[in-house]
Amino acid sequence: MNTQADKVRQQVMWNRLISVVEEQAMALVRTAFSTSVREAGDLSAGVYNVEGLMMAQAVTGTPGHVNAMADAVAHFIRRIGRDNILEGDVYITNDPWEGTGHLHDITVVTPSFHCGVHVGFFACTAHIVDIGGRGFGADANSVYEEGLYIPIMKFADQGQVDKTLMHIVRGNVREPDQLVGDIYALATCNEIGHRRLIDMMSEFDLKDLSGIAAFIFENSKAATEACIAALPTGACAAGEMVIDGYSAPVTLKAKLDIYSDKITCDFAGTSGLDKKGINVPLVYTKAYACYALKCAIAPEIPNNAASLAPFEITAPENSIVNALHPAPVALRHVIGHMIPDTVYNALDQILPDTVPAEGAGTLCNFQVSLRPRTDIDLNAEPDPSDNQAMHDIAMAKQAVRSEVLTFNSGGSGARPQLDGLNATAFPSGVMTMPVEATEHTGPVIIWRKELRPGSGGAGKYRGGLGQYMEVGAVEGQEFDISAMFDRVDHPALGRQGGQPGAPTSIALDDGTAMQGKGRQFVPHGKKVMMAFPGGAGYGKPAARDPELVKRDLARGYITESSARSDYGLSDSEINQVNTDVKNGSAE
Amino acid sequence: MSEAAVRLGVDIGGTFTDVVLEVGDTQFSTKVLTTYVAPENAIVEGLQEVCRKAGIEPSRIQQIIHGTTLATNALIERSGAKTALITTRGFRDVIEMRTESRFEQYDLNLSLPEPLLARHQRYTLDERVSASGEILKPLDNAEIETLVDDIEAAGYESVAIGFLHSYIDPTHENQVREVLARRLPKVMVSLSCEVSPQMREYERFNTTIANAYIKPLMKSYLGRLEQKLGTEGVACPIFLMHSGGGIISLENAAEFPVRLVESGPAGGAVFAANIAARYGLEKVLSFDMGGTTAKICLIKNHTPKTSRVFEVARTYRFKKGSGMPISIPVIDMVEIGAGGGSLAHVDSLQQIRVGPKSAGSEPGPACYGRGGENPAVTDADLVLGKLDADNFAGGSITLDLQASQNALNNNIGSQLSMEVENAAFGVAEMVDENMANAARVHAVENGEDLSEYTMIAFGGAAPLHAGRLCEKLGVDRLLVPPGAGVGSAIGFLRAPFSFEATRSVFMRLNEFDSEAIKQLLSELSDEATRFVRGCAPDEPVTSQYKVYMRYSGQGWEIPITLTEAQATAPDAETFKTLFEKDYIALFGRAVEGLEVEITVWAVNATTKAQPAGDSQSFSTQTAAPVSGARDVFDPAVGETVQSSIVLRDEMNTGATVNGPAVITEDQTTIIVPSSRSAVRQSDGCIDVKKEYMA
Repeated sequence: MNTQADKVRQQVMWNRLISVVEEQAMALVRTAFSTSVREAGDLSAGVYNVEGLMMAQAVTGTPGHVNAMADAVAHFIRRIGRDNILEGDVYITNDPWEGTGHLHDITVVTPSFHCGVHVGFFACTAHIVDIGGRGFGADANSVYEEGLYIPIMKFADQGQVDKTLMHIVRGNVREPDQLVGDIYALATCNEIGHRRLIDMMSEFDLKDLSGIAAFIFENSKAATEACIAALPTGACAAGEMVIDGYSAPVTLKAKLDIYSDKITCDFAGTSGLDKKGINVPLVYTKAYACYALKCAIAPEIPNNAASLAPFEITAPENSIVNALHPAPVALRHVIGHMIPDTVYNALDQILPDTVPAEGAGTLCNFQVSLRPRTDIDLNAEPDPSDNQAMHDIAMAKQAVRSEVLTFNSGGSGARPQLDGLNATAFPSGVMTMPVEATEHTGPVIIWRKELRPGSGGAGKYRGGLGQYMEVGAVEGQEFDISAMFDRVDHPALGRQGGQPGAPTSIALDDGTAMQGKGRQFVPHGKKVMMAFPGGAGYGKPAARDPELVKRDLARGYITESSARSDYGLSDSEINQVNTDVKNGSAE
Repeated sequence: MSEAAVRLGVDIGGTFTDVVLEVGDTQFSTKVLTTYVAPENAIVEGLQEVCRKAGIEPSRIQQIIHGTTLATNALIERSGAKTALITTRGFRDVIEMRTESRFEQYDLNLSLPEPLLARHQRYTLDERVSASGEILKPLDNAEIETLVDDIEAAGYESVAIGFLHSYIDPTHENQVREVLARRLPKVMVSLSCEVSPQMREYERFNTTIANAYIKPLMKSYLGRLEQKLGTEGVACPIFLMHSGGGIISLENAAEFPVRLVESGPAGGAVFAANIAARYGLEKVLSFDMGGTTAKICLIKNHTPKTSRVFEVARTYRFKKGSGMPISIPVIDMVEIGAGGGSLAHVDSLQQIRVGPKSAGSEPGPACYGRGGENPAVTDADLVLGKLDADNFAGGSITLDLQASQNALNNNIGSQLSMEVENAAFGVAEMVDENMANAARVHAVENGEDLSEYTMIAFGGAAPLHAGRLCEKLGVDRLLVPPGAGVGSAIGFLRAPFSFEATRSVFMRLNEFDSEAIKQLLSELSDEATRFVRGCAPDEPVTSQYKVYMRYSGQGWEIPITLTEAQATAPDAETFKTLFEKDYIALFGRAVEGLEVEITVWAVNATTKAQPAGDSQSFSTQTAAPVSGARDVFDPAVGETVQSSIVLRDEMNTGATVNGPAVITEDQTTIIVPSSRSAVRQSDGCIDVKKEYMA
């Protein structure tokens, strides 16, 4: 066999490993119980060499796991101890600092043995429904209130599942069957990856992974460094962004330094910890900062230990982006999702015409906790001729308790040559759930879920539109809504003269004001009216192609007044567009 | 016995229209160029040619089965009718907001596909039905009348109506249809509760809009076809292949044209399933590789695996999520951008990448000598000796080996310091690996182990790559049927009349209502049977029952097949047992203590599939006549090996050849790797096995 043919074989194996982790992730999507995994893609899967260096990672819905997964296995090796790693073992943790940033992510690691020799690891992570504590929300004052903590330990010791651990888990969470189901699903998906790895090692007659690991790392390192070398070496820039936060506004600051073979990103100057659970462990900050840089600089290079190494991310201890134990961190995504825009505010000064304007950033998620209405006495015995009272009591008696979590997106920022994406997540990649499916999971009614005209920041390229949502409950129910929104007071800002996107708003249908974050009561019969933020524009609105302005007006992406004042359309042009729409000749 | 049955299969593809005439057991086939402006013209041309070959009059044809990509093309090219959507107030943008996610994580300049209808073509009415089917807001007729004024003023030809939860209560959709029918009788109407009565509004609305969008076009085409064939003297009924692998009437096809999407590939899967039945093979992987894509389908118990939803018109490297979802019964296939024309390059990681970009037919691979400078898979195949430059496509094109070598050297070899043969090896190996990975992931999704499977390969490029694919997948046996170039059209002639009716109704097993289930399944059975009876009034029709089940809290259902007895006397315990058995097969273990629920109910009414015939055993094996030898690179061996050349036409039943060998015919070339041998079966299939013949 010649060395050139060997090169082809190594390429084949690299491709195969990427396929193996995709299969591993697919198995998890198909077997998991958590909404966030199966519907939204909030999971991750990867394969590692025996040193714990990540060789390949599945591309899934969440960049938040990128570095967390890369770092996790090293923690497992350290905690379990090399001599204690045995065939048939499965390890587990939900440590926010050694796993992926909050207690709601369970990470499972399985060592892979081939012919009795330890050759590598598989790891996977999934966001689970419930981990006890206060439930999923920002309201805890420390991580102790956020749920059950599972330190790095053996879930299975040489094939024997730790029954004591399972008893403790079952006794501490609200949906024990689902959680246990998810833990088994994680173990199964590693097992599927392991089997396929062994098939590959047999096919190519490998005794260990050292050769293929070296090939992957060398090529990835060289390619990443080539991308970095194309940037102006020695350049540095700082960017910042102010957002709502929870207790007080948060300032995020990022400083980039470009070296010949690496990029550093430091968050000095960023606000300190918040009292509530929106703080971010460093591993999650690293994930989103790295993701942002990779998208802009080296998007084609798969994630692995070598391709991630040239991006060095640091932050001062106990800043909000490097929260230390025991800070509350359940909703670390609220801040984490804002990190890419912050990094881009710096990168734009080094690498112009590349990165988008600011967008909605944080996903517009909310959880609804429904229960029978408490504003009437269910045991009352009204006059049977009082139809209304009889009806009310009958309906309330049919009411149930239920938790419904939804994932929603605002608009993304306009790009240097393209409009922003309407109601589409960035940087997160998770999917929304169909309204019809949501309404089957609990007695909630989504009265409206559609684009929010006029919310995209004006510009030569327009910001993506946010969306309207109106949420109520089936008759007889009342509910609490846990809001997890940002950009109420700090909308997305544009670049090069582009205008800001519209801010978030939230209120009851009777006009009562509500907060962007936290658990809030909604009385029987009331709806919550929400408007999610738009992305910002890129370039001066006056430079926008008038045909695109007319198209946007015809489609109702922009309002007439914006067409007139931001983009300079004349009244007769506006009338013409309206006429075209009516008689069906609009594009 | 009376005269032999005469049937015609017609498959309109993107480039060619394939026509197969079957007179008794004898087939006459031709390929003519597709005539886009009036596709019926190509059919007539092909029909005349095969009739001439067979020496019969067109009037003797008793049945025509037709499949077409016209519906798919109209969706891809956005060449459908002027269409409006009427939907629930508050949900105007469902088809534009999609899943609110990006299908490619790392591309900052990603564009999402435009929805089929722009926002101003989407109208709303104030109405609402709840998830349990309760009318929360009644629909006011006056509001409909006003909206119809707008529809009329804008001059729409076709209207899609999709309201939330209409799969439970279609009252409001019907109410709008009545007004439209009265006011604008010429406007075609498609209701979501009829086109795709399934939960999940994005998929249902998009499917209904797609139906409405292509309905005027398909209705007009099918009408013209019927007329044109009439003037040719063809008086027989015309039936259409649907994406689920069965046949429906022309009238049903005109009403629900979205069901025709993917009819061509479905024909290919039926073709393979028929061969699987002939050989009594329980587990078959069909592999269809053409110029731009490869399609892979799992066939169990002679039945292609089906699905409830698929994606058409993918806009970005065939990537999941970059197209639009269509929820109709469909044969479940993986399609990847890997074909003979797929182009290779070296990426920033110094890795060879192949596809999904294709050289197409113009300029085509470099070896076509039409100005293509980038190396395609066909160029690699030529350099590796798998193709013969002088005998490609029956000698109609002489391939330019030098051009292939130059393309590979300039674009691959020089970057990677590889000699041209290794560069070609790299390209062929990567495309085979891509296809193998797609097949493996598909198998994992379905809980299958491919090593138990037999592969059936067809399509122009498949036999060149199938042998290597079998080695990679651990598949021991490969069948290459005759007529592989017109497989879909032959498949049409093997398909049963069938129609699948589905309904979304949620039911937990702890609220199991036997009577309601019996009633529902019987209604669905009646509905599906009615469609089939319309095509085949005299044939026996059987119903196949399927329910989709999951643990409460899961988002994916798995299909559970019920017997007639289980469907007519349903009980919760049986359903649970069936579900757990299939769940374990797919995912390894059941989960204790969780509720199980049913979400979708489906009944497929079908006539019997056309008999598969037998593959008669043969008593003697003889060495096939070897017409020469050439060097072919064998990737498993890692070097060039001298291979016997055998002409397929000269292989009689029982003729064998040991690998390494190439078996050539006009339409394709079968590569027999060193690890395998080939024997011609009595039905003309070349049977490539992992064993040596004496």
